[in-house]
Amino acid sequence: MTALTLQEICKSFDTAEGKVAVLKSVSLRLEMGQSLALTGESGSGKSTLLHIAAGLEHPDSGRVMVGADDMTAMGDSGRARLRRGQVGLIFQQFNLIPSLNVAANLGFQARLAGVHDAAFVTELAARLGLDALMRRYPEQLSGGQQQRVAIGRCLAARPALVLADEPTGNLDEATGDQVLDLMLRLTAEAGAALLLVTHSERLAARCDTRAHLRAGQIAAAQ
Amino acid sequence: MTRAALSALLSHWRGNPLQLVMLLAGLALATALWSGVQALNAEARSAYSTAEGLLSEGGAARLEHPSGQIDQAEFARLRRAGWQVSPVIEGRAALGTGRVTVLGIDPLSAEASVGAALAASDLEGFFNGLGFAHPQTLAEIGPTDQPLRATPAVPVGTVLVDLATAETLLGTGGHITRLNLSLAQPDGLQPLETLVPDLRLIAPEDGVELSGLTDSFHLNLTAFGLLAFAVGLFIVHSAVGLAFEQRRAMFRTLRALGLPLRSLTACLAGEMVLFALISGTVGLGIGYLLASALLPNVALTLRGLYGAPVPGSLQFDPLWALAGLGMTLAGTALAGAQALWRLWHMPILAPAQPRAWAHASGRTMRLQAGVALALACLAAVLALTGTGLVAGFTLLAATLLAAALAVPLVLAAVLAGAARISRTPVAQWFWADSRQNLPRLSLALMALMLALSANIGVGTMVASFRATFIDWLDLRLVAEVNVLPRSPSEAEALHAFLTPRADAILPMQRIDATLGGQPGQIYAMKDHSTFRDNWPLIDPVANVWDRLAAGEGVLVNEQLYRRAGLAPGTSMLELPNIGPLPVLGAYPDYGNPLAQAVVSLDRFAAAYPETPIRQFAIRTEDTPGLMAALQDDFGLPSVQITDQAQAKELSLTIFERTFLITRALNVLTLSVAALALFAALVTLSGMRLAQLAPLWALGLTTRHLAALELGRALALGLMTMVLALPVGLLLAQVLLSVINVQAFGWRLPMQVFPADWARLGLWASLAVLAAAAIPALRLWRRGAAQLLQVFAHER
Ligand SMILES: Nc1ncnc2c1ncn2[C@@H]1O[C@H](COP(=O)(O)OP(=O)(O)O)[C@@H](O)[C@H]1O
Ligand SMILES: [Mg+2]
Repeated sequence: MTALTLQEICKSFDTAEGKVAVLKSVSLRLEMGQSLALTGESGSGKSTLLHIAAGLEHPDSGRVMVGADDMTAMGDSGRARLRRGQVGLIFQQFNLIPSLNVAANLGFQARLAGVHDAAFVTELAARLGLDALMRRYPEQLSGGQQQRVAIGRCLAARPALVLADEPTGNLDEATGDQVLDLMLRLTAEAGAALLLVTHSERLAARCDTRAHLRAGQIAAAQ
Repeated sequence: MTRAALSALLSHWRGNPLQLVMLLAGLALATALWSGVQALNAEARSAYSTAEGLLSEGGAARLEHPSGQIDQAEFARLRRAGWQVSPVIEGRAALGTGRVTVLGIDPLSAEASVGAALAASDLEGFFNGLGFAHPQTLAEIGPTDQPLRATPAVPVGTVLVDLATAETLLGTGGHITRLNLSLAQPDGLQPLETLVPDLRLIAPEDGVELSGLTDSFHLNLTAFGLLAFAVGLFIVHSAVGLAFEQRRAMFRTLRALGLPLRSLTACLAGEMVLFALISGTVGLGIGYLLASALLPNVALTLRGLYGAPVPGSLQFDPLWALAGLGMTLAGTALAGAQALWRLWHMPILAPAQPRAWAHASGRTMRLQAGVALALACLAAVLALTGTGLVAGFTLLAATLLAAALAVPLVLAAVLAGAARISRTPVAQWFWADSRQNLPRLSLALMALMLALSANIGVGTMVASFRATFIDWLDLRLVAEVNVLPRSPSEAEALHAFLTPRADAILPMQRIDATLGGQPGQIYAMKDHSTFRDNWPLIDPVANVWDRLAAGEGVLVNEQLYRRAGLAPGTSMLELPNIGPLPVLGAYPDYGNPLAQAVVSLDRFAAAYPETPIRQFAIRTEDTPGLMAALQDDFGLPSVQITDQAQAKELSLTIFERTFLITRALNVLTLSVAALALFAALVTLSGMRLAQLAPLWALGLTTRHLAALELGRALALGLMTMVLALPVGLLLAQVLLSVINVQAFGWRLPMQVFPADWARLGLWASLAVLAAAAIPALRLWRRGAAQLLQVFAHER
């Protein structure tokens, strides 16, 4: 089953130098259980594409399908609902809600989506090595710990699609590898599809497939 | 270097225009409210002192004839005997297009008074008919044949002229209204009683009844002005503090570039002075306008209610402007001191990041709790043991400050509790997040709390004052008609005339006496249901009215009761010619500075025979009929007769104007607080994006988030309102039963008006919603693009 379909996505931005086309008809497919690494130079449009896939940003043209739902045909609240129930998002930073502790953060999306399962959250927390940190607040965590909480929160809601934008970009190499390991393993176990944006070839190599963005188009997909 | 630094520092405001507007507006409003109230008070006060200087003639005693007219012969007899007296002719006359009070004086024999000084400025003109009048009077009456010179030294509505001119204008035919006695009289004079037995000696205290109630009124206004100023300073403090936090990086850079700390501090101080001067000037302008707008109401209130002459237009006093600017500067210094102090202690390589609020706020909170507790203890001690007006005001300030400081602490506890018991994740976040952001809103909420409790406190006080005043009016004006006899023979004739026509005739007689060591008066009271049924008594003994009627004791007014510490049932009061009598109870006597005692008619007649009857209060079912009979059949001039119902109605209408002023000030204070909240919410909304972004990414729409932001502001506002309620009532209690008693000797019974609170709650909610609307709307409309920026870390 297909988790994410992007069809001929175009997107340009108005800048001081005029209209800049960032995405020029990009198409992608991602099956359930599959992981895809999206690479490209800084400024090539990776984040923009991920934002469009998450419904955070509107494409100028093209179609975004999450599972069987056509996101481009939906309004603001429809896309928000889809995000709540189907999509897990992990960014480089600012993932966590600063006023809630780790336990509340972990369960947040699952409870929002109405699929909270306390036992599953506890298990995830244990596997992510978070059990001792449950009462802490985000500002009291290291970067790696914060990203592990973000992964836990995302997976606790059992999304069909996980979108991660350089989730380890702020971490040192060893910690980053650890976090990425956990993410790959747990998404695979959950049977979710993973779109991982990264500019690191080394990390990209660990995904099932790869796509490279260059000059607004997918240059090579394997 | 310094200039470059200054321009760099000032460039911050170009990027944050809203912050600048807030700072300037906060200062300007604070200045406006404070100086506006000051201007009102000063204008009214100077009007009183003008009136007193001119009319009470230096506080001298005076001689009057019961008929209101003194014969020239009696004046001549007194002068021949060596008495230093100065004749005055006073009366109402038509002049131009209006009616004025004509005051004729003899500048040569008059004591040094304002009137005499005025006349002396052009003695020849004065003797040749030149008069003096307030510019407003001149405008009101238009051109006249009478030569008049404008001067603000004469009260509005009065024309000061020479005796001869007054005689012509009034047509008094050589009669004198009264004779003022000089303070210094030669020794060995023939006593007045034998020299002029017909004339009554009137003590100067009789004339000062005005100041009792007006002082209370001005005290209210001053308290209000001060509170408004404090609220304004809260805004300034938060704006200055925020600008400081945001410019930390700039400070660091400037210092790294070699700008000495002292220059940097001087630059910032200079910046603050600049802002204070700009907004202080604007504030003075607004304050002047505000005072001008309110003055006609204040003037009417004071003129109508207390008979105090206050002009309806404001004069500009440069001293007032200077004092206002000084206050602004001092306030700015107070509000900015903390920021400057922190700058002075900031290490050169301090992190450019604004310090983590959460960490710092923990310590601040503990400190705040300590200070609040200490102030509360001080207030408690003062409430239990303090005496005097200073203690009263300190109690007031300590209570308010303690309450304001406690606001964030109480709110934090409530929010934490709400977060704990809420079930849904969004609710949990809502409360937790509100709590997290509390430190940044707490100043604004404290300002709101002050504004609301001041509203409730002063509102309760004024409403209690009003209710009491109505009771008092009812009490004083129970009789339907009041008649003033001009002589003892007329009094006798009137009594005979009225006996068959009225339901009851209550004569009013009094003498001046020293009571419990204080200047006072003794009244005679006829035993009648008018008093039995209507007079509320404080602490009466059993069968108080029967015992009073039987001559077994006295009633005293509340002032005497409190000042002399009299206990009804056990205390005795020494009365001249009577001896000690048991005190039977006390009655409220608002606004009277003198002590008062009431005895039965028989007691009075026995002890003070020949005391003239000053007036008759008449009970009747047929007011118009009786009034017509008095005028047509008895031939009493209409000025000697008052329809009490009409008098009451007039007093009430005028009194309502007082409320207009209070309400206007209430609205203004609340607006200032709303502005403070708006400032805090706007600045907060910029910093909150990173807190909101994850929620948005997780599937909350910007509309939902905006609604939650509105709800948060409303919830905090309502909680503050709930906290403000007891504080406001406490404030009212302090104002009514501490300050008022200390200042004026009488206590106003407190009455509560829950409907007023509901209305205030509604207004406060609207103010809070208005303050939160723009940031919320911005989040809803433009939120998505801005929230996305949070994640677009590479830019
Ligand atoms: N809101 C925006 N307004 C203007 N330009 C934008 C906006 N968002 C992205 N861009 C531009 O689009 C290009 C792609 O950005 P992005 O998707 O963040 O690249 P990447 O994530 O691959 O580094 C960049 O040149 C960026 O400047
Ligand atoms: Mg990117």
